[in-house]
Amino acid sequence: MKRLVILGGGTAGTMVANKLRAAYSQDELALTVVDLDDQHHYQPGYLFLPFGTYRAQQLVRSRHSFLPDGVDLVLCEIDRVDAPFKTVYLTDGRALSYDYLIIATGVQPRPEATTGGDGPEVGVSVHSFYTLEAAKELAEALRRFRGGKLVVHITDMPIKCPVAPLEFTFLAEEWLTKHGIREKTELTYVTPLDGAFTKPVASRELGTMLSEKGIHLETDFTIERIDNDAKEIVSYDDRRVPFDLLVTIPLNLGPDYIARSGLGDDLNLVPCDQQTMQALAHPDIFVLGDGGTLLTSKAGSVAHFAVDIFMENFPAHLAGAELTHGFDGHANCFIESGYGKGLLLGFNYDTQPYTGTFPAPLIGPLALLKESRLNHLAKLAFRWVYWNMLLRGRPLPFTNKMSLVGKRVEDAGSASAQPMPAKASAPAPLAASPKPAPVRKPAPARPSIGKPAAKPSPTPRPSAGPATPTPSGPLPPDPRKGVDSTTDPSPVLPGPIKPTF
Amino acid sequence: MPTTMIGRRPIDVNDEGFLTAYDQWDEELGATLAELIGLELTDRHWQVLRFLRADYAGRKETATLRRTSTLGGFGIKELFTLFPGKPAKKMAYVAGLPKPKGCV
Repeated sequence: MKRLVILGGGTAGTMVANKLRAAYSQDELALTVVDLDDQHHYQPGYLFLPFGTYRAQQLVRSRHSFLPDGVDLVLCEIDRVDAPFKTVYLTDGRALSYDYLIIATGVQPRPEATTGGDGPEVGVSVHSFYTLEAAKELAEALRRFRGGKLVVHITDMPIKCPVAPLEFTFLAEEWLTKHGIREKTELTYVTPLDGAFTKPVASRELGTMLSEKGIHLETDFTIERIDNDAKEIVSYDDRRVPFDLLVTIPLNLGPDYIARSGLGDDLNLVPCDQQTMQALAHPDIFVLGDGGTLLTSKAGSVAHFAVDIFMENFPAHLAGAELTHGFDGHANCFIESGYGKGLLLGFNYDTQPYTGTFPAPLIGPLALLKESRLNHLAKLAFRWVYWNMLLRGRPLPFTNKMSLVGKRVEDAGSASAQPMPAKASAPAPLAASPKPAPVRKPAPARPSIGKPAAKPSPTPRPSAGPATPTPSGPLPPDPRKGVDSTTDPSPVLPGPIKPTF
Repeated sequence: MPTTMIGRRPIDVNDEGFLTAYDQWDEELGATLAELIGLELTDRHWQVLRFLRADYAGRKETATLRRTSTLGGFGIKELFTLFPGKPAKKMAYVAGLPKPKGCV
């Protein structure tokens, strides 16, 4: 019998415990889940709490009720993981040895990591909504708010649910309007990114929505401190944004035991393989959920798809074979946009969010990157799906491989985007691959990433034709390592491309 | 991915002008890139750039401002002074590294 320990009984930990228990008998695999307490929070619900859509008790259930029989739930804080000796030490002195370890303890908001983030204004004019307590306090603060400067602020990336701050802003705009104080409120969205969102098309669409709603966008803001006396946030380049009510998303860090165990990077995230979620330094450790370094959203949908890929790979890992299934970074995010509407984003490592429709089985096509009432209803319905299907490991009608069906793929060169034909988007049948080597990113019909309209390149695009001749005559010998310049089809531009900063 | 002539040498870059091949960079090229974006490099700039190059060699990912500050020991405020405006992107550009992964 092998022993598998899961650190964290949240979304990813609970899902994978259910799926493992269903797939392996107790004689084959002993399963233990470790968490601090017996409260499982529906984190997507925090967003709605300040606006009174949900009550706190709708968002909390007991962890053990979602774990099947035959899974041990240990409630204790984790002291450290001794990876070479495959042992987890708990703060009460207990030691759990394992053959395989799943780290699913995610990331937590750390307000104290920002200077002034634990100052006297916290809970008064400085708020957040990334924990249940913070969201409840913000609900009170909003009820007392009579207008003024409302600032929504992201400290640094990555954060879990990266669209939630935008959603909060849209919902706040609606809430202020309905309470008759929108006219008396200056609403500002402050981000360390160079646009409303990271990916070009989504950034453009969401940036347009902000400006249409009269919300000021402050970009490239790297916060130095929250000035509690002046009630301002101050950036390293000395920009100051004053607030009467600040809703800040604190720095997100992995838990401290990751640092104590020497397993994490500077954000206490565990470096892991982009396709298999296997810890780079320790092959018997897998990282599921938000706690790893996958270059996609820290979101429940990613946790769900990554757990599926883990389950497909685990039999091979048990047998000591190569892992043949690869995650493509697929994320689906509903974005509340206010007034009973929502948007849907779908993207993966290679493909940014596009406009179009998402062919959701049963409920029909959902509009992508476009407001619709159905997207909002689907988001609200998801709470039921989460408690009743997702956590218990029941199959959902979504695939872990992203499809381009219905998406309007924007090309850098083409003005009119066309929906992808269905046949081009069939996901590669990874399971059928006879090759023992790990399957890398499946890339059917890989599109080029579109550029935001606001940022034209200062240099003309290279054409697909023959190489542009350089003004200085024949090329000097190509000193590049590993590049055969005689077969290199890319055109050579006569001068450097100067980036727009 | 285009190839551009920088100082009579063909250099592989992405659409924004960031180098795509780690080995094509040397300090002479770094100085040329800095000049292109209006930076005059001091010893302190070079300390930052050498930290970034060495850090990237170990983990194949460009250090963020936070990492450059905590591991390299350069204050974020100082990085904003050395590489004004958008230090993370400018540092990566001059050091011949990919633009730091924003996020997702």
